[in-house]
Amino acid sequence: MRGWYSQVESHDVGEENTFASGRIPRIVIVDDHHLFRSGVRGELGDAVDVVGEAGDVDEAVRVISEQRPDLVLLDVHLPGGGGIEVLRRILPKHPEIRFLALSVSDAAEDVIGVIRAGARGYVTKTISGTELADAIVRVADGDAVFSPRLAGFVLDAFAATDAPPVDPELDRLTQREREVLRLIARGYAYKEVARELFISVKTVETHVSSVLRKLQLSNRHELSRWATARKLV
Amino acid sequence: MVFPLPIREFPDLTLNSGPGGPGSSPDADRAARQACWYQADECEETVTATREEPPQLYRSTDDRLLGGVCSGLARHLGIDPVVARLALLALAVGGIGVAVYLVLLLLVPPDPEAEEDTTADPEERTRRKGRDISQILAYIALAAGLGMLFLFFGGVLDPLLWFLVFGALGGTILWQQANPAERDEWVASTTLRGKAWIRTGLGVLLVIVGVIGFLAFQQQLHEARAGLTFALTLLAGIGLIVAPWIIGLVRERDRERRERIRSQERAELAAHIHDSVLHTLTLIQRRADDPREVQRLARVQERALRNWLYQRRTDVDLTLSPALEGVAAEVEEVHGVPIEVVCVGDCPLNDGLRATLQAAREAMVNASKYAGVDTISVFCEVEPDEVLVFIRDRGPGFDLDAVPADRMGVRGSIIGRMERHGGHARIRTAPGEGTEVQLRMPRPSPSGET
Repeated sequence: MRGWYSQVESHDVGEENTFASGRIPRIVIVDDHHLFRSGVRGELGDAVDVVGEAGDVDEAVRVISEQRPDLVLLDVHLPGGGGIEVLRRILPKHPEIRFLALSVSDAAEDVIGVIRAGARGYVTKTISGTELADAIVRVADGDAVFSPRLAGFVLDAFAATDAPPVDPELDRLTQREREVLRLIARGYAYKEVARELFISVKTVETHVSSVLRKLQLSNRHELSRWATARKLV
Repeated sequence: MVFPLPIREFPDLTLNSGPGGPGSSPDADRAARQACWYQADECEETVTATREEPPQLYRSTDDRLLGGVCSGLARHLGIDPVVARLALLALAVGGIGVAVYLVLLLLVPPDPEAEEDTTADPEERTRRKGRDISQILAYIALAAGLGMLFLFFGGVLDPLLWFLVFGALGGTILWQQANPAERDEWVASTTLRGKAWIRTGLGVLLVIVGVIGFLAFQQQLHEARAGLTFALTLLAGIGLIVAPWIIGLVRERDRERRERIRSQERAELAAHIHDSVLHTLTLIQRRADDPREVQRLARVQERALRNWLYQRRTDVDLTLSPALEGVAAEVEEVHGVPIEVVCVGDCPLNDGLRATLQAAREAMVNASKYAGVDTISVFCEVEPDEVLVFIRDRGPGFDLDAVPADRMGVRGSIIGRMERHGGHARIRTAPGEGTEVQLRMPRPSPSGET
């Protein structure tokens, strides 16, 4: 899956305050495997400032509340309720903290569940260090990071069904959003998507963020089903 | 996938299988003790109890003349079967014995041990299983003789005895249910529970009929009514005292059962990890100098584990999505380049889609062989009117026009194959741009499918 995460070079460097323009994000790594945490820390190197680590839900909530990082790298499967529980306890109090989910699981309910709970992206643990750093910067700047698999899940979830949408604005993807997601699912990086559709990278980001919002707010049956499987609703 | 490694390499992971059912097999005690590993202290008592109590009342299946009732009864009471048969025969003359026999035949379960009859000699086994006709005839003659005797000298027996027998019978059944082995059976299997309750209910009914009938025939029912009220009140009181304890016992039992199921699951999981992951890890250590092989092994194992964990569909022959994943897995195993498959939607396979699968396979093989990349992306989308498959790599790409016409790979296996089946293939590539093969196959009108 090399490459599709490497989208940072195309990021707009207009605003001075973005992480893409050089600010180093302060992050907290939450994962129950100590070995994995130190591995990630080592691989990320100077790209980020790791201000804390946690191995379970309670510890994570404590560390995140204390440190107020820009971004939390969150494992989906955690002792004490999983990553979803961390999101549920932190986000109401600190909505400015961004979460990037990181997991070995590619089960639909895990992926959709953690996004619905408020994570702005989902990457698998096989991701390389530089790609992860790029994804962190992107999410820390408030954008969404979709892996091809997540894009596939979302297309599946929003696929046409017989059930009429409850809220057409939230329960349906626009034609353009579908096109963007399809290209991401095909392994295209954002800038490649932009070139393919003759739109700007910023527009691609807008579409992806819009899809993320729908994913989080829609009550579509398929999404609710996945969310229920993770006891989200 | 078979790993040529002996399982014994990991002795610490050899797991105890679950506890065996209680019984008289030589291993029964050991199995019961093993069961103690998960059970409460009470189990220790169970083990000793099993050893001291007489064998449970079963109908014998190997040593029987009719239904195995007498033989089973004799085994239960520890007497000779002939004694039991004669006793029942004597009762049968008054008619009671027949009733007793039929009720026992109905209520007492056949001996489950006999199913595992391990007698090596089949002839011996048939002889034991078969009924000895001459013995039956002898008993019939005896019955006839006794009958004559009673007809001449005895007359009809007092019906009082019937109720005594009823009461005794019900008591027997109830006591038999209290056997620890039987109790364990309740815990072990829910299907048997219903039967056990029916038996218990019948036993209670028989005891009540026996007691009330006895009293009625003695003309003492009206006198006994006060006593009966007293007894019922007493019983209710005792029930109130005992009920919490019984409920606690039932809960404890449920907990033990859950615990046992959980430990069985744990054992299954450990066995699976042992068979797959540990073997692969060993192989990886041995091949540490061959990164490609190591990666291949790791991917194969990862896929197997994911399939097992998330229980993806494995009916590869039926629908497109698992079939495509299967094809990708095959190519990946042969060529060692990871292939990420993302499928949106699914549909049944038909000839056109099988051709699409073949073309997709060819495209994956090409990408694995020539692109020299770390990973290949495959995306498949099922639309109402068509199926789209994209195979993409970020390799150097190539000039399509420069491919000689005689190279079968692209023209024959991909483009030609798709067009023969009414589909369409497009290859987007340019030097430095990577390659994307797009396959498009129309679906038959959706009237046939939903």
